[in-house]
Amino acid sequence: MTASTDTSISADQLLALYEQMAVIRRTEKAAHDLFLAGLVKGTTHLAAGHEAVAVGASAALRPGDYVFATYRGHHHAIARGATVEECLAELMSKATGVCKAKGGSMHLTKASAGMLGSYAIVGAHLPLAAGAAWSAKLRGSDQVAVAFFGDGATNIGAFHEALNIAAVWSLPVLFICENNLYMEYTPIGSVTAVANPAADRAPAYCIPAEVIDGNDVVVVADAVSRAAARARAGIGPTLIEARTYRHFGHSRTDPATYRPPEEVAEWLGRDPLDIAMGRLAELGVPVERAIEADDRAAQVVEAAVAAARAAPGADPADALTDVWADGGSQWRT
Amino acid sequence: MADMTSAAADTDRGLIQAVTTVAADTARQPGPTVTYREAVAEGLARELRRDPSVVCLGEDIGKAGGVFKTTQGLFEEFGPTRIWDTPISEQAILGLAMGAAMTGMRPVAEIMFSDFFAVCWDYLANEMPKMRYMTGGQVTIPLVVRTANGGGLGFGAQHSQATENWTLAIPGLKIAAPSNPADVIGMMASAIRSDDPVVFFEHKGLFASKGPTAPDGHFVPLGEAAVARSGTDITVVSLAATVPMALVAAEVLAQEGASVEVIDLRCLIPLDMAAVLASLARTSRLLIVEENPYQGGWGGTVASIAADEGFELLDAPIRRVAAASVPLPFADALERQVIPTVDSVTAAIRALLAY
Repeated sequence: MTASTDTSISADQLLALYEQMAVIRRTEKAAHDLFLAGLVKGTTHLAAGHEAVAVGASAALRPGDYVFATYRGHHHAIARGATVEECLAELMSKATGVCKAKGGSMHLTKASAGMLGSYAIVGAHLPLAAGAAWSAKLRGSDQVAVAFFGDGATNIGAFHEALNIAAVWSLPVLFICENNLYMEYTPIGSVTAVANPAADRAPAYCIPAEVIDGNDVVVVADAVSRAAARARAGIGPTLIEARTYRHFGHSRTDPATYRPPEEVAEWLGRDPLDIAMGRLAELGVPVERAIEADDRAAQVVEAAVAAARAAPGADPADALTDVWADGGSQWRT
Repeated sequence: MADMTSAAADTDRGLIQAVTTVAADTARQPGPTVTYREAVAEGLARELRRDPSVVCLGEDIGKAGGVFKTTQGLFEEFGPTRIWDTPISEQAILGLAMGAAMTGMRPVAEIMFSDFFAVCWDYLANEMPKMRYMTGGQVTIPLVVRTANGGGLGFGAQHSQATENWTLAIPGLKIAAPSNPADVIGMMASAIRSDDPVVFFEHKGLFASKGPTAPDGHFVPLGEAAVARSGTDITVVSLAATVPMALVAAEVLAQEGASVEVIDLRCLIPLDMAAVLASLARTSRLLIVEENPYQGGWGGTVASIAADEGFELLDAPIRRVAAASVPLPFADALERQVIPTVDSVTAAIRALLAY
């Protein structure tokens, strides 16, 4: 794996990233508790443990860039600027949800912040991100597009079609794999012919790739900065395989008993929040400041939970809106 | 089909003969004519000239001019930054189009044969029609998916299907299927300018057909059916290649003294049921002619609405002439058994008029 040797991130910036990660961690814990309390229906796919990928990447991107995420996407929505309240309200079927409670946990989207959706069909959004990158190229903008995806997506056709065309057309797109070692309940290594499911495929498409520590927010920010710079320079796509780990199961109340206890213990010992805390200490930031940041995160999430709980439920009239661009759903005369 | 026995006759007239007959009528009309295939390229060219955000992508659409020559001349006029040749990657084609549509472009993607929708179905079924809705209206997806559709040319079961009913099963897609060159141009304009995803079915059996060209600025709004022939005894609802088929049948029956009204639906979504019900009010009889299999074909939706809202207008049962519910066979003699023909339509009209 590539280690970070030279970072441009200051102590204050790192503290802000730490606080963002703390907000996401506490949001996911709240979502879990609300699900167990019966206030979140359907399903959730929590990203606790993956915070450094979203926050590090977001720190390296510009406001105008495009992000496409998966059904495990709460962290990306929040990292790109969706509020915790509108995300939790969405999960809780409230009218104030970021998608008016029409999407749910798997489809958090904040288009005004360039977060162009969370997609629940594995791999589907990689070609979409390539399309947004193609659009940026056609319009002569210097935007880049990013597709975040899981290790499981590397075995579906859309992954390969997207990588090939992105390389052939030199598109300004970043493919960032969050390799958490399991495709749902199955170890990715047991169903994939190569050791690094994303990075080892990239050479076949002449796309530069690196495997990084996805739990170190600084390492992620550095890698994404390099890749975005390549994209903006017109050099083409980059693939980053960020190794990370889920703190919860795949979805809902999955206890993830298919993961060996020693593996879980090893990864919990490499918690992205702890790693960032260690880096803050190295930079001479007093631990109290990190604790203060965590306290602020707790307050933000607590207030968001209260506001989302108090919000009105989804408006039944909204069931028949937003099919067409005119706002309606009329399909016949 | 409504009447399999008449379709088996050796004298049966298939789609090609229907197209040839209608084309012969058109050739007698004054003014310049254009083929359906040329109209596709012309419709695209007009929008490419008008709006720099329009961009085309697909397999062999550039230098090759399209496997059906429906994009002939576009690469020469607009160049590689507007007309993009892709690999054989249908998911990438539709995914790229959608990502670009969400970020300021108006892409026109070609899927060479509509049968290939099956390999990129996720985009047509789960992505394009749902993202606006799932996000509470946050994103807009102004794109067109063009495709060559339908049978009658002996391409076999995987290159001959009429798949418009596949897309009809998914709320959130607009569905256009023009029957003549002027409509191709006018509906291409409305499809490309639409802020919603539009699936644009170009019928393979019509590519060689001719018709009057469209004047500059010609625009046919999506969801407006046309009365292709006025009549008073029966309404025949048709779409794309079944329009010329119905017109030939109407002409045959006119010689027998019957007055057949032919409605060209033009679009399945929006579905112009007002036009169908207004015609039914004039004729009191309804026949639907479609190339989809009877099993799950679009005619079932039209029939159900007509039965529900037009029951009092009817003097006879609603009938459908549709394809048989089998895969499309290769040999002409077999294909004629499966898809509607002039003779099967004529026989069905006669039977309904006699009811």
